[in-house]
Amino acid sequence: MAFSRKSLGIPYAVFLVVFVAAPLLFLFYYAFTDGQGQFTMQNLLHFFTDPNTLGTLYYSFSIAIVTTVVCLLLAYPVAYILATSRLRQRSVILMLFVMPMWINFSLRITALKEILNVLEGNLAMYPFLNAVIGMTYDFLPFMILPLYTTISRLDGALREAAMDLGANDVQTFLRVTLPLSVPGIISGVSMVFLPAMTNYVVLDMLYNSTYIMGSLIGSYFAAYNWHGGSMISLILLAMICLFTLLSGSVEEEGSARGALL
Amino acid sequence: MARKLIRPLFLFLILMFLYLPILLLAFYSFTSSTHIGAIRGFSMQNYVTLFTTPELTGMIAGTITLALGAALLATLLGTMGAIGAFYSRQRASSFITTLNQVPVINADVVTGFSICILLVVVLHISKDSYIPLVAGHVTLCAPFVFLSVMPRIKQMDSSIYEAALDLGATPFTALMEVVIPQIVPGIISGFALAITLSLDDYFIAMYTKPATFDTISTYVVNATKGAQTTIKTALWALSTVIFLIVVLVVLASNLRAMRLEAADTGRRAAAENR
Amino acid sequence: MEKKDTIIELRGVSKVFEDNGFKAVDNFNLEVKRGEFVTFLGPSGCGKTTTLRMIAGFDKPTEGDILLNGESIVGLPPYRRPINTVFQRYALFPHMNVFDNIAFGLRQKKTAKDVIVRKVKHVLELVDLEGFEERGIGTLSGGQQQRIAIARALVNEPEILLLDEPLGALDLKMRKEMQLELKSMHDKLGITFIYVTHDQEEALTMSDKIVVMSEGRTQQIGTPEDIYNEPVNAFVADFIGESNIFNGMMTGHLKARFCGGEFSCVDDYEEGTHITAVVRPEDVEITKPGEGTITGVVDSVIFKGIHYEITVLSGRNEIVIQTVRNATVGDRVGLRVDPENIHIMLAEDHTNKFYADINPDFRLEYNGHRIETSLTKIIRGSKRREDGTVVDAAGEVLEPGRVRILVSIQPQDIEMTDDQDAGLVQGTISNLIYKGDHYSYIIHTELEQDFVVDDEDLWNMDDRVGLLMPVDKMTFTLKRK
Repeated sequence: MAFSRKSLGIPYAVFLVVFVAAPLLFLFYYAFTDGQGQFTMQNLLHFFTDPNTLGTLYYSFSIAIVTTVVCLLLAYPVAYILATSRLRQRSVILMLFVMPMWINFSLRITALKEILNVLEGNLAMYPFLNAVIGMTYDFLPFMILPLYTTISRLDGALREAAMDLGANDVQTFLRVTLPLSVPGIISGVSMVFLPAMTNYVVLDMLYNSTYIMGSLIGSYFAAYNWHGGSMISLILLAMICLFTLLSGSVEEEGSARGALL
Repeated sequence: MARKLIRPLFLFLILMFLYLPILLLAFYSFTSSTHIGAIRGFSMQNYVTLFTTPELTGMIAGTITLALGAALLATLLGTMGAIGAFYSRQRASSFITTLNQVPVINADVVTGFSICILLVVVLHISKDSYIPLVAGHVTLCAPFVFLSVMPRIKQMDSSIYEAALDLGATPFTALMEVVIPQIVPGIISGFALAITLSLDDYFIAMYTKPATFDTISTYVVNATKGAQTTIKTALWALSTVIFLIVVLVVLASNLRAMRLEAADTGRRAAAENR
Repeated sequence: MEKKDTIIELRGVSKVFEDNGFKAVDNFNLEVKRGEFVTFLGPSGCGKTTTLRMIAGFDKPTEGDILLNGESIVGLPPYRRPINTVFQRYALFPHMNVFDNIAFGLRQKKTAKDVIVRKVKHVLELVDLEGFEERGIGTLSGGQQQRIAIARALVNEPEILLLDEPLGALDLKMRKEMQLELKSMHDKLGITFIYVTHDQEEALTMSDKIVVMSEGRTQQIGTPEDIYNEPVNAFVADFIGESNIFNGMMTGHLKARFCGGEFSCVDDYEEGTHITAVVRPEDVEITKPGEGTITGVVDSVIFKGIHYEITVLSGRNEIVIQTVRNATVGDRVGLRVDPENIHIMLAEDHTNKFYADINPDFRLEYNGHRIETSLTKIIRGSKRREDGTVVDAAGEVLEPGRVRILVSIQPQDIEMTDDQDAGLVQGTISNLIYKGDHYSYIIHTELEQDFVVDDEDLWNMDDRVGLLMPVDKMTFTLKRK
């Protein structure tokens, strides 16, 4: 038989090997070699000994953690209110919260910048605050969507059962709804935390010149230092893997980002 | 009373946070102001600049061409991959599914940089050939097409393919006339997702694009660093146009979904009455 | 001449699935005559659907050959075989209307448009759905979808129509109706039908020939009458209709011992042969106590409309009887069976089987003796709860009175002992025969059950012995009452 359904997968399998697996292998190779192609641990050691890069790591974490917490604090009530409301048009309202995702992020950050300019006068005065506002502005919909999906799937009868058993609103929320929405929280956090460590353009556009992890790659790229850039990429990759393993949400993130449409 | 109001109020405030910048920018795009706060007269100048400056129109056309091309390629590859993976043996199938997951969870910076390493640094493929850029965008998009097609294949009654063969269709005809129509909704949403991912991308384009080529993202990021006012305010117009397009698309798809749903309930009711 | 009559032949066909090594079909041989209605009958997993799929071309046999009109079709893909299938869940194309579904096969053959229209119209009339051409598949009821599926296959005028449990998804009334309709369609069209079902009644009503299958093997091939009246083994007897099935042994010329008594029969086997005796419930006669071959006590009486279903306990043997005469629970009765109505077949194995009870402590018990094994090991997925009760995989508490455990043990695994009380059960040697390298004994127990025991040593007739049965040699099956 000349044609079989299985063979349809071959082009994509080859594509994945060439454009996903192979680049990562070379990333690995470049991360552990120097300009002469000699094996070296220097790139790795440099990252963990240089106060500048360690400072960058610390700053990235700070921004990512604060952004994630702010997003969670804003998104959870939105998702909860929407998911538990009896409004018939709640999917339309949800759409309003999701729609900004489809507008080019650089244009949205431009808009935000104009507003902040008016409010703050000089953007450079509040670099950390602006970074967090910018990231929150950019990533909030990504936090709302998985939370909404999870909470709206919770059986309403569970909440009623809890109240029936004597729990008040707060207790019901803390002991039933919140624990059951953990998968949504994990999924949302993973969609905000990692981009917040790497999306250095948001900082750039808001005149925050401090480096985060992503900026390091950008600067090595600009300096044609493939080895240094590869090492940073590899470290980021390791953190992503670790995070994914910890949250066990490989599937979930795919479906969450896939659910955008 | 206060408690009743607090929920809508909260939603309203968050919506304001999300939309106020865009709406304000939209408002000022119709004036001759150069920054927010100073209202001058009504003017369409920004729109004229947007659609007549070759640099801007070229950049927009480039972005759209790239998005359409990459999304088409990604849809083709991702759909074939999903069908192939579904019907392959366990090992081949999980190999594809696992590798497919990598660009999904990876940071775009790392994906872009790694593709640049392979194609530009190792293989010496010139960025001016557009090959790295297209390959990068397809890599970004195809996994999401795969993910949106796969559930459709899983839901499909596997015996309808066999039924087509049984009725004399060759495997290829059976695939085209029976399997593909079943998964079309997944393919379409995968394609749409691919378009939006490509349009929104900055990092992959940044690391793989030719120096003379710009997407909206790379252009805007560059433009904010410079201080050319006419370009800056023309971008406000661009932002407004994109916002309106998104609103229209969302409205259209919502209406279509509602109409489909109504038709579906009607048909089901008819079937039940029989 | 004979050859020409055969439309399809399966020769030594076997199928082993590559991914798990499971042998779904084992050495399947069958000849189907042109125009026959053949049914593959068997429980799920018996290989009937796999065999059908090999005929259709979806699966390739690992061994053997399939001949259509005398020529091998093993190498032909499904779309080149003049065979069409009606699928289990219809497999109608949901994105096409009725007309396009039915026309699909004709279009593949590049049939002219006007011919297609005519043929579709004709076949819709055949299935009683005139004028349904433009209807969407989603708007049809299950029964209508079923008919469209049949029409879609028939319109191609296949040489053989394969039907894979086509009525399984319909409700009982619909099913009965469709059975008759399929049968009359078959008579009218003269196409060969190969039908797969697990419903014995469906098979008996519709078929010219039934192939009873179990665990990948053909058990019996024959007309419905043959299969019902002369089952070749215990499996067929049990699967087709209700049967009383007993293990026993030939004890003389036209004499067989089973169910605690010696019966006359018409099947002749050598004395000492292990046999399985099958007696249909309607063939057991109730007599006064003492006048029958065996005696027992009426355990239950259920009125079934046209007859009573009476269960009689004779010792530990349970005999089901269908009769138009009533009986009273607790009555002592005699039972006799006409020699012609006893079907004796060679026993495939001599496995001893007996029912053990579950006592209120959820332990296994037989004849007042504990069987030292854990219930939770026997019943898959079951758990012992803290209060001592046992719940099954579904979480429901087992009621000791409603379930019992069928214990099987091989003759060579039972040991006889003079120390009667040491045995699980005691009995008298009622028959012995030398089998070349060992003796085969029948021990008639105090519970009126016969056990077959193989032993190398010679024991005497009428010796009283205890039977030792090691727990690790027993196999257990859960039976619900």
